[in-house]
Amino acid sequence: MSDVTALSPAAGANPSARFYLSTEHHPENGTLLGFWLYLMSDCLVFACLFAAFGVLGRNFAAGPSGAELFELPLVALNTSLLLLSSITYGFAVLEMQRDRIKGTLLWLVVTGLLGAGFIGIELYEFAHLIHEGNGPQRSAFLSAFFTLVSTHGLHVTFGIVWLVTLMAQVMKHGLIHENRRRLMCLSMFWHFLDVVWIGVFTFVYLMGVLR
Amino acid sequence: MSAHDVTPAHAAGHGHDDHHHGHDDGAPHATLKGYVVGFVLSVILTAIPFWLVMGNVFEQPSTTVLVILAFAAVQMIVHMVYFLHMNSKAEHGWSMLALIFTVVLLVITLSGSLWVMYHLNHNMMPAMSHMNTAP
Repeated sequence: MSDVTALSPAAGANPSARFYLSTEHHPENGTLLGFWLYLMSDCLVFACLFAAFGVLGRNFAAGPSGAELFELPLVALNTSLLLLSSITYGFAVLEMQRDRIKGTLLWLVVTGLLGAGFIGIELYEFAHLIHEGNGPQRSAFLSAFFTLVSTHGLHVTFGIVWLVTLMAQVMKHGLIHENRRRLMCLSMFWHFLDVVWIGVFTFVYLMGVLR
Repeated sequence: MSAHDVTPAHAAGHGHDDHHHGHDDGAPHATLKGYVVGFVLSVILTAIPFWLVMGNVFEQPSTTVLVILAFAAVQMIVHMVYFLHMNSKAEHGWSMLALIFTVVLLVITLSGSLWVMYHLNHNMMPAMSHMNTAP
């Protein structure tokens, strides 16, 4: 709350930028567009993994099927954790727009904890499957399942690493222009992972149980 | 609603450019209303498919598959619009262009793989077709 005035030295530091903005908006650099292009290429990685799962998803090799393995209440809990982390990141962005460092950091912590909960449940699920002999080497279905879901999980893990790094940056330097840009990139990354998870829980878990 | 109809020209005159220049990198101006609407919609769009599958609402599994796929598609659009602030004006339309290109590739990859492998399983191994049931 009291941090609003703390950033005033940055205000109007570049009077020419204001003139530049009020005539015609033109991005200083294409970081956000470039990051969007990265996300789109990441989308293609996931498309290939989804295609592999779609092709191999019923080759059980006389092993267990999705209907026997998946626990939907656990998946529902996981989904709600990720969905909640999406809106808490949104709250962090809103606090950032109001120049509140403490509020931004608080919501980032909540987002990181929800993400860590998601990863924890996923690791528990994987450990449970492998412990019962249903690891990735059991059947083509399980290989494709582990590859797809753990790739998403790895993305979330690196998202958490990035989030912690950014929190340290914000604590050290405040909500400077560079940190705002980084927070917006992570926002896109985080929400993108939520979009991929929609595909995972629908295509892998819900349809896997139906078959 | 203003979260996704802010044009870059409007963002410049949004009243925020006078106390810091955090919006000059093309970042859209997010609103609480946008996030809350997006969140409520995605909770509904997530809860219904889980309920359909866990409660065995439809007799035919194929009906359930079609319905939950439709819900997933709608929810992805909701996330794109309300959380990723996707619109045809962002980055002068280049974001949307990249997205459309990616969606085309995505559809070709997914439908092509499934189509080819389905026919491969059926045409190459007729004697074993009962063992290989690709979708």
